[in-house]
Amino acid sequence: MMKVRLHGTRGSYPSSSPETQGYGGNTPCVEISHGPDRIILDAGTGILGVDFDTDYPAARVDIFLTHLHMDHVQGLAFCKPLFTPGREVHLWGPEDGAEPLQARLNRFLSPPLFPIPLRDIPARLQIHELSGASELVLGPFRVTADYISHPGPTLGFRVECGSGVLAYLPDHEPVIGRSHLYPEDEWVSGIHLARNADLLIHDSQYSKKEYRHKAGWGHSSLNLAAEFCHRARARRLVLFHHDPAHSDAEITRMFKKFLSKTAYDFPMELARQGQEYTL
Amino acid sequence: MSVHALEIILSRQLADSLSVPVFIVDPEGNLLFYNPAAEKVLGRKFEDTGPMPVGDWGTSFYPRDEEGNLLPPEALPLVETLSRKQPAHKTFWIDSLTGKSTKISVTAIPIIGRSHEFSGAMAIFWDTEAP
Ligand SMILES: [Zn+2]
Ligand SMILES: [Zn+2]
Repeated sequence: MMKVRLHGTRGSYPSSSPETQGYGGNTPCVEISHGPDRIILDAGTGILGVDFDTDYPAARVDIFLTHLHMDHVQGLAFCKPLFTPGREVHLWGPEDGAEPLQARLNRFLSPPLFPIPLRDIPARLQIHELSGASELVLGPFRVTADYISHPGPTLGFRVECGSGVLAYLPDHEPVIGRSHLYPEDEWVSGIHLARNADLLIHDSQYSKKEYRHKAGWGHSSLNLAAEFCHRARARRLVLFHHDPAHSDAEITRMFKKFLSKTAYDFPMELARQGQEYTL
Repeated sequence: MSVHALEIILSRQLADSLSVPVFIVDPEGNLLFYNPAAEKVLGRKFEDTGPMPVGDWGTSFYPRDEEGNLLPPEALPLVETLSRKQPAHKTFWIDSLTGKSTKISVTAIPIIGRSHEFSGAMAIFWDTEAP
């Protein structure tokens, strides 16, 4: 059995406003476990909620980064294992074809933005680049990664463990400026990662109306997320990457309005920080 | 069926929003997509044909040089781009659907994604006599 825990569900920047605590204010981080084996997807501020002392008795920690936008790496700066000598931290992230991942991470994890340069981090750090259509096996997890449509090199992940399948596409605009996906599956970014998944965690930052003014920003409307889930024949949809400008009440209202106008045959819900799913 | 590389999907998105004819092919020359402006050149609709093997669409045009001699395939920009993985450009004549000879400029560019893999090419047709 694979457990999936949402430590951060908010997009763009963390929010401490009391009006956003229902769905959560931390930026993306999802922890996957199977018995003692664990991997982490994204290192937003949600990663501060991961209990490294109790849940990670082994030296090794694996963190998969979809991309390097600040909301997905901000938590790295204060991620305990990185500052623990003897820890072995493996960071997996997208290849960009030009600059090494280490150099790109170092732009943020070095002075003046951060006191210590990456090379002086006490943990044993290993950085791995993933290019399009990569697949690897880590303990009980089979991870498939591929580039998906979002500004800058960005990966989506498919994690299989036993018979359970999770698809994680937190920042994704499968079509740009159109109200529907292309009718042919081979033209839908990321669909292969989500095909028949038990759980799909997908970007749904905007309402349909908002999306009209945000085409090309790299995010989906609730409608595009649901259509993507339907086309991929995923079994359950978790709507993720909430806009920090939206209060809980607004998000709930948007979602209810959306539900009243659609009729999909799979369950869907808004991502909530702290929520755990068993696949 | 597998999914096209992201740079091919994004090329279609671009082609979709352009008013000049655009053809997108895979490394073998199979036509993956052509936009509405290209439908007029080809006389067929993508909706009806879907992707087309190179044998089905490559012979749709009768490219000729200034003297009216038929051009061999390797003289065409798209074929050159596919074989050399480099941009190519040429001006020549094609017989349009109405039988009229039209002078066009074709620019072909290779589509090479972040993983440096050659995933196909894009050709833009420019009717040099259009107003
Ligand atoms: Zn994000
Ligand atoms: Zn992003």
